[in-house]
Amino acid sequence: MGAAAIGIARQRNLFGVVLLSGIYSFLMATLLVVLDAVDVAMTEAAVGAGISTVLLLGAIHLTGGTESKPIHKPWLPLFVVVVTGGMLVYGTLGLPAFSDPQAPIHQHVAPSYLNEGPVKTGVPNVVTAVLASYRGFDTLGETTVVFTAGIGVIALLRRRRPRQKFDDRDDGREGGK
Amino acid sequence: MRLDVILRVLAKLLIPFAVMFASYVQFHGDFGPGGGFQAGVIIAAAVIFYGLIYGLPSAREVVPDVLVEAMIAIGVLVYAGVGIAGLLLGGNYLDYFVLDHDPVHGQHRGIFWVEAGVAITVSAVMLKIFYVFAGRRRDAGGEGS
Repeated sequence: MGAAAIGIARQRNLFGVVLLSGIYSFLMATLLVVLDAVDVAMTEAAVGAGISTVLLLGAIHLTGGTESKPIHKPWLPLFVVVVTGGMLVYGTLGLPAFSDPQAPIHQHVAPSYLNEGPVKTGVPNVVTAVLASYRGFDTLGETTVVFTAGIGVIALLRRRRPRQKFDDRDDGREGGK
Repeated sequence: MRLDVILRVLAKLLIPFAVMFASYVQFHGDFGPGGGFQAGVIIAAAVIFYGLIYGLPSAREVVPDVLVEAMIAIGVLVYAGVGIAGLLLGGNYLDYFVLDHDPVHGQHRGIFWVEAGVAITVSAVMLKIFYVFAGRRRDAGGEGS
């Protein structure tokens, strides 16, 4: 994954970048399977490696395949990235150990979800029970976000179509009828 | 483009399985990993795959634009409608216990419809984004590849 990330940063050919980011997503999905987060892995494989690769290829087709030369030296962004990354790593030192059962996050509501969830909701998969039932409002919000994103894309990309295309489509429809 | 026999045959073989896997993820989400979002994404990916190989117009024939745009809204409405059904039956918003006589069955029913709403919206949005991206420059050459 590190190699893929470095390759993405070094590569000037955008086609290669898209393919490398697809590879990166597949590796990420594998990592998520190892971490037992199969739901997230499925999403990552389908969205990150599949659909977004296709969309980026479509964007390349529209815009052209080479990245333009950067006008700035990369030192300031590199410095910011290194400092922020260092601070984040420093922050993780204060967190409980990985998969520690005594961690505060596992003491709050998680036991009641695990113990009562399957009985109360009749759904053996706790992830689904939490997602759709206990956190129903959150999921409604997420669905609305996806909805808004779709509407936004339609509003942005539809408007700039040349006029003539609308005419073509109308003609096609009338011909079809 | 027109002569990719292997691609076309493979796509015909694979797409039914992709759609079937999506419905498995959707309806088996109560017991195994998965749920509405994953199922919606997989369905969208199957249709996008079809569109890549057979061309955007044939994908638009299978799943027309009007249907996709309607589905974007229908999914959210189904989700919100489950909440309102809970209100009408005397519970709180998004309260599934009142959806059936047996609270556990009510939960099942609520989760089923909620997941269906998520799947509809997600798949439609993904498809719509693909359609508008791939349809931007239809007259300037082939699409998607």
